Amino acid sequence: MRVLMAAAVAAMLATAMFATPGLAADEGACFVASNLVQADFALPHTAAAIAEKRLNVAVIGSASSTLPAAAGGAPKAYPAQLEASLMRRLPGVAVKVTAHTQTRETAADMVKTLRQVLKDEKPDLVVWQTGTVDAMLGVDPDQFQSALGGGLDALREGKADGVFMNMQYSPRTDSMVAMGPYIDAMRFIALQREILLFDRLGVMNAWNEMKVFDLSAATKKNDVAERVHDCIGRLLSRLIVDGAKLGHASNTGAGNMDHPNKDIR
Amino acid sequence: MPSATPTGRDLRLDLFRGLALWLIFLDHIPSNMVSWITIRNYGFSDATEIFVFISGYTAAFVYGREMDNRGVLVASARILKRVWQIYVAHIFLFVVYMAEIAYVASSFDNPLYSEEMGILNFLKQPDVTMVQAMLLKFKPANMDVLPLYIVLLAGLPPMLWLLKRTPTLALAASTALYAAAWIFGWNLPAYPKGTWFFNPLAWQLLFVFGAWCALGGAERIAPFARSRPVFWLAVGYLVFAFAITLTWYLPRVGSYVPHWLTDWMYPIDKTNLDVLRFAHFVALAILTLRYVPRDWPPLASPWMRPAIVCGQHSLEIFCSGVFLAFAAHFAMVELSDGLGMQILVSTVGIATMVAVAMLITWYKNVEGRKHGPRQTPANADLAGGEA
Repeated sequence: MRVLMAAAVAAMLATAMFATPGLAADEGACFVASNLVQADFALPHTAAAIAEKRLNVAVIGSASSTLPAAAGGAPKAYPAQLEASLMRRLPGVAVKVTAHTQTRETAADMVKTLRQVLKDEKPDLVVWQTGTVDAMLGVDPDQFQSALGGGLDALREGKADGVFMNMQYSPRTDSMVAMGPYIDAMRFIALQREILLFDRLGVMNAWNEMKVFDLSAATKKNDVAERVHDCIGRLLSRLIVDGAKLGHASNTGAGNMDHPNKDIR
Repeated sequence: MPSATPTGRDLRLDLFRGLALWLIFLDHIPSNMVSWITIRNYGFSDATEIFVFISGYTAAFVYGREMDNRGVLVASARILKRVWQIYVAHIFLFVVYMAEIAYVASSFDNPLYSEEMGILNFLKQPDVTMVQAMLLKFKPANMDVLPLYIVLLAGLPPMLWLLKRTPTLALAASTALYAAAWIFGWNLPAYPKGTWFFNPLAWQLLFVFGAWCALGGAERIAPFARSRPVFWLAVGYLVFAFAITLTWYLPRVGSYVPHWLTDWMYPIDKTNLDVLRFAHFVALAILTLRYVPRDWPPLASPWMRPAIVCGQHSLEIFCSGVFLAFAAHFAMVELSDGLGMQILVSTVGIATMVAVAMLITWYKNVEGRKHGPRQTPANADLAGGEA
């Protein structure tokens, strides 16, 4: 809830600064919440991979990292959009994003997937989306937290960077699931272990608040879902490139990161 | 920690419990900017601590007197009758929750939220869900406080008996249980997974501490609690907690917090009533004790009346608050979730809570008059506050 409130304040500030009529119509809509997506920590492995002109990203997550088949499925979901956006931002780099999504997997379940993926694919970066299933099942927050820690240990051993992604903002079910302890756990672990956190909850809350997307509407249509995922992909790609730049400062070699905001504005 | 005198009503208890109920209501409305004003945003502890402490205090005050006058058996029976009332209230709220869920399940469809709709899966097996709810194992979001209260109150009879004989031993036993819950990880099981959000084995410490204060403990620690060094220690701790809380909203400021401190401090465990939270509540209580004396003139002012009445009917008002928070969220989703709407539903909600409390007061007075000589128990209940 704290995150939500912080997001709401940030969103108000952002509205004051950027709100223009018809904003929702163009790509700039994603940008509204970009102040919530800041690279506070470096991604050294990602920076090194970009310097070598090849970047392997694995996305590990639950059902909210994909879309139902009827809604376009994986090709329209944010992992695919992330790949497209990274390619635009990093010309000349061979970018590959693979998604490993399983419905109803808790963080502890995902650690097993994570270890397997690290072994098989040797990714430079893992985007780890989790928290929703744990909150819905009411997994002990302590166990959730230690699962996150275990996953990060695996990442370190596998020499890969990590980015956490938290829950979706879902206004309709907001009062039905107590997300608070899980949000806090992810933020604490992220700060403590210096891992980037993509605050999907805060970003989507800001979008809803500013009417960029109406997230409480009941609809069978897929356009909003598609655009939300597209925007998540773009913002996530910005976060990754920014994190790599920070990592780059500590590495040597050249990268193709001349156009930091190319894909957003 | 108001100083205990065996007779007379300490209006500060009602006032702060009423305020705590308002804050709990505001905190229960998701994405509500108005909840910025609630104390959890300025320190470690929140309204739950105030509520549990004062509940322990008033329970010991009312049933302690009952134990003196009518014996252990009658007092225990009255406590258990109260437990039953709270249980029924909890089940009522659960029905409201189920109605909301069922409505959302049948009316909301969005490809973006196929995962979140999984929460509605339990509608497919209502048999299990209902039974688990009645066993207090299945507790939907924001419905954790009453089950905690039920367990705390159910455990009160033997604890009250001990508190009246050897208060120090009782407090020591409570502290030992708290420590054991931490060391061995004891908690009650929940459904479908995990454990209770408010661990009763840990939170009982605050409840028993409240009871201990009511039965003379407050007088024993008053010289200590009112001393100058303790006052400044409390102020220092509150400032520290405020600074740390600030880093939750401004992560960039967080980088100035030394690593050893975060490693030691986090997580600040709400489930098990972290010592940092307990200390934060005690620090707040020390300041309150200093600035709000028992005969504080504003306590008699009509402006304080609304909060005081709410505090005097805590069970009804708590339940109203949970229900109104559901309704407020529903209105925000269906109509508008702008800032204006948030302020509106928050204000209307609190006004409704006050109106309900005043109605109950009126009704109890009418009933009391009608029964004539039998009014004593009802009035004793009111005067002692509801436990």
